[in-house]
Amino acid sequence: MRAPRSWISEYVNLTPSITDEEISAALVRVGFEVEEVIVQGADLTGPLVVGEVISIVQVEGQKKPIRYVGLNCGDGQTRFVICGAENFKVGDLVVVALPGAVLPGDFSIAARETYGHTSNGMICSSKELGLGEDHSGIIVLPLDSSLPGDDAISLLQINDTIFDVAVNPDRGYALSLRGIAREVAASLNLSFTDPIESAKKITFVETGVPVEAKISDGAMVMFLRTISNFDPAANSPLWMTRRIEKCGMRAISLAVDVTNYVMMELGQPLHAFDADQVSDFLEIRLAGKSKSLKTLDGQERVLDSDDLVVADSKKVLALAGTMGGLDSEITEKTTRIAVEAVRFDQISIAKNSRRHKLSTEASRRLERGVDPSLAEFASARAAALLVELSNATYVGTSTQGKATYLPIVELDPEYVGARIGLEISSELVKEKLELVGCDVTIENGKFYVDPPSWRVELLSPADLTEEVARNIGYDKIPSILPPRKTVAELTPSQKRRRVLAQSLVARGYVEVMTFPFVNEALIARMGFVGARAESYRIANPMSEDQPLLRPHLLPGLLEAAKRNYGRGFKDFSIFEMGLIFRKSIDLKTGLFPQIGSRPDAASIKEIFESVPTQLSFICGVQVGRIASESWKGKARNYEWTDAVGEVETILRQMNLTWEIKRSDLAPWHPGRCAEFIVDGKAVAHAGELHPRVIAEFGLPARSGAWGLNLDALPVSPLVTPEPIVVMPAAVQDLALVVDSNVSSQDIQAALIEGAGELLESITLFDRYEALGDGKVSLAFTLVFRAGDRTLTAAEVSGFKESAAAVAGSKWGATIRS
Amino acid sequence: MSLSTSAIDDALKSAVAAIKGARTLDELKAVKIEHVGDKSPISKLNQSLGKLEPSDRAEFGKILGQAKAEIGAGFAEQQSKLEVERDAKVLLEEVVDVTLPASNAHVGGLHPLTVIKNEVSDYFLSLGYSIAEGPELEAGWLNFDSLNIPADHPARTMQDTFFIEPLESGLVLRTHTSPVQMRTMLTQEPPIFIVSPGRTFRADELDVTHSPVFSQVEGLVVDKGITMAHLKGTLDDFAMKMFGPSAITRLRPSFFPFTEPSAEVDVWFNNRWIEWGGCGMVNPRVLETAGIDTNVYSGFAFGMGLERTLMVRQGIKDMHDIVEGDIRFSRSFGLGL
Repeated sequence: MRAPRSWISEYVNLTPSITDEEISAALVRVGFEVEEVIVQGADLTGPLVVGEVISIVQVEGQKKPIRYVGLNCGDGQTRFVICGAENFKVGDLVVVALPGAVLPGDFSIAARETYGHTSNGMICSSKELGLGEDHSGIIVLPLDSSLPGDDAISLLQINDTIFDVAVNPDRGYALSLRGIAREVAASLNLSFTDPIESAKKITFVETGVPVEAKISDGAMVMFLRTISNFDPAANSPLWMTRRIEKCGMRAISLAVDVTNYVMMELGQPLHAFDADQVSDFLEIRLAGKSKSLKTLDGQERVLDSDDLVVADSKKVLALAGTMGGLDSEITEKTTRIAVEAVRFDQISIAKNSRRHKLSTEASRRLERGVDPSLAEFASARAAALLVELSNATYVGTSTQGKATYLPIVELDPEYVGARIGLEISSELVKEKLELVGCDVTIENGKFYVDPPSWRVELLSPADLTEEVARNIGYDKIPSILPPRKTVAELTPSQKRRRVLAQSLVARGYVEVMTFPFVNEALIARMGFVGARAESYRIANPMSEDQPLLRPHLLPGLLEAAKRNYGRGFKDFSIFEMGLIFRKSIDLKTGLFPQIGSRPDAASIKEIFESVPTQLSFICGVQVGRIASESWKGKARNYEWTDAVGEVETILRQMNLTWEIKRSDLAPWHPGRCAEFIVDGKAVAHAGELHPRVIAEFGLPARSGAWGLNLDALPVSPLVTPEPIVVMPAAVQDLALVVDSNVSSQDIQAALIEGAGELLESITLFDRYEALGDGKVSLAFTLVFRAGDRTLTAAEVSGFKESAAAVAGSKWGATIRS
Repeated sequence: MSLSTSAIDDALKSAVAAIKGARTLDELKAVKIEHVGDKSPISKLNQSLGKLEPSDRAEFGKILGQAKAEIGAGFAEQQSKLEVERDAKVLLEEVVDVTLPASNAHVGGLHPLTVIKNEVSDYFLSLGYSIAEGPELEAGWLNFDSLNIPADHPARTMQDTFFIEPLESGLVLRTHTSPVQMRTMLTQEPPIFIVSPGRTFRADELDVTHSPVFSQVEGLVVDKGITMAHLKGTLDDFAMKMFGPSAITRLRPSFFPFTEPSAEVDVWFNNRWIEWGGCGMVNPRVLETAGIDTNVYSGFAFGMGLERTLMVRQGIKDMHDIVEGDIRFSRSFGLGL
């Protein structure tokens, strides 16, 4: 909302000593963000005068139209200027910058030779004077507005400050000068003259039968005022067009300008219909079976049956509260006008606006809620202006519905201070509520607060508290930390995620965060099938390319790996932690219980259960070599053991125990993927990526990946360490020959079983494949230690033989000779 | 050789001279055999001690002992001196350029959003707040209605919110972390002190300052006697934690459906006001929807964007850097300490 200082001053006594900065700060203080302060005329110096066009000569032979114009600028001589505009004729009054003038953009005007003539000044457009964006032609002044030679700077009220104010959704009343001025006055502690008061005094003499108003749906009250003998050639007065322009709109014609002017002044959107184009009556109703409407912007709009429209007995004439129709538009032939002012239902207008993606000055106000009393008084103000400015005749008024207002709010004045945290006397509460327009009556210490007609959202003590708080000033509220005696800590899962991320980073991983959006093709490229391929679909994705929620972190991580690889990074490891969205339930119709009281337990349960499980995952990808290039020589490439080892390290450091089996899960290499099982549940997979996946993402061969379902991990047990034994250790090496399809995990388990409880550790230190016959050799180091004595050689070799015996009986392992 | 004081003296002097004359450890080793070992003059004199009359034995024994001690001490001293010389020489030959890049291990780094989430969480933990989390794919009622955002609110259009198919499910990608507040209020009794850092989603195009996927931290306090002064105190302290001890805040009246009164909170940082977030007293209607008795309890809530906080505080100019996963970006944050 753009509010010119000169217009605010009409309702608030802003003395020149009050600076623009003070006004701006006053608005901010009470909750109105000032997005821009436009000081109009600051970069313009005269002479700028009114000139009468006395001759026009077309300059021939130019690519664009150029006119050589003779002007009477009131100095008794004819001044000639070159002008490229064509929207004026002999006799018109125009605005002329004389040599010596400086226009915005540091544009100095001087007499100069151009197009074969001397141009002794410049005829100006609105844009050239910094008054608006209109550059379609030069300014043509109404004939009765001024005389040649008059100072155009004061005539056009150029020197003014315009405050561009952001208005929150709960303050529709402030989308008007009436509202903004009220706030400025309250914030600066100045008195305020409400422009509605003069509108209330307007009276008319009815002279005929007006167009009939009807409400069938979507409106509280409607005023329809008909006038006749309207002069379509009548011009808008300069004071009005200038204010409209300062508010950021364009002056169009008297009838349209008046409705816009009154909307800016009071906040009530109005619509002027050509009454001769209206059949029988104007009715507010749902579009129903009406199919379409051509709106003022020239668009043919297909109507939804739920659209709220204004129609006559035959057809739809306007999209209610949003935009008028072309058929009943005011034209240069219009002589009978029906001025409509309606207190529409806010939601109906919001839906109109949204369905048609059409946000207009009218819809913005109406969807926020307009003062119900304005339908009567704003329509009166507009009709009176039209009658006055075009010598028209008032015909009559037709009304429907009745203005109704918000109920009285019961308020304990102590509540206000208790919520704000500031001692506030009940007198002060009353004063501040009255300042915003409330009527306050007091009975037995209780306040009964009647909100003003223009405030459509003051419904509760909390709403009134905000009014008091903002008018006292939020800066007056003390700053105190709330008392809190307990301490809090991270949950085990939060701790685990935090430490996990930090330990990975310490091991050289870079954390990335990718968007959780994927598509079918990407899922297919990963090789996901069945439940792992299914997730949920976004109805309105950012891009049709990525309509699905990720069923796994790896697609996004591999995209990130590909991006980094493409940017020249050949060796790295990255990880991501986040939620995944595998399809866990079929979605049903959502439950939306009424608010204001707690829904029943069954409803809350149903709502909670309507939300699919979203598992917390962590995944890593290893690309290229295990270390960067170095003067020490080339590092080796990542291989499957690095990915598997990462998960081993993670689980070991979480003090969990696991088993591994080979898995053919996508997107891993079917022969090189380890599945980690903890407490009988598969919790992680790791290994080399499938060569096809590696190729799809353009990554180096043998790149690896791992993924861990954090939600599947049990809580780490409390650690109860074995006592540290200091007796000497006995070390035994044992080489076994086994079938190559027996896993080393199984052999090791058998050795542990057979070695007895004095076995301290077991390490596979060699694996030799070249035995032939499908056999491999596995060589282990076994370390034995007793807590109370030095073990004898005989004892130790007994343990070793017993270990080998179990491996032999379980898996056919033989001692390698 | 007969035992006499002059013979002992001669042996001592020649031994000391030989020890002092040794230039290398090898020479010293030879000197040791000649002057200190079993066949050295002093050892031989010692061996002849037994042949003396017992009455002389004690006296010569003492003189011999002193001489041997003197030779031993001289030898140890020379040996230690020559060892130091040798070490200095050898270690000098082993000098390396210690400025060579030593580690070529990959350099890791936390994403700065993780860093700032941890930072915010630790701060609020220290004030006794728990860290609350919730799903990103969320029920519409929890994301909107229960927070007093009615069905016709502009935020609930396809232009602002990601909806999930089928639309009747009402599921959305949460547009703020406020549903975590509602979940907490529905499942816990006051006093409630929580912050909920997390991922949020809005249908904004990705550009230098916006992202359809972003992060917020919201705080919620519900207890007896909670006032706007407590909200202000919390924000003042939090701002100093995030922006340094000279940070000051400003509350401006504003509008949010789930708070009343509502305010925008600005922070004075680098000589300008930064719009930091929104806040207010929890709308009694929201508390009532959670079944909290508004005659007993009141609360405040606040929320701010973590990307915005990061960008302002750390001079990050382009949102793309935060979301693209380029390893250079996270690497620059290391462990975030």
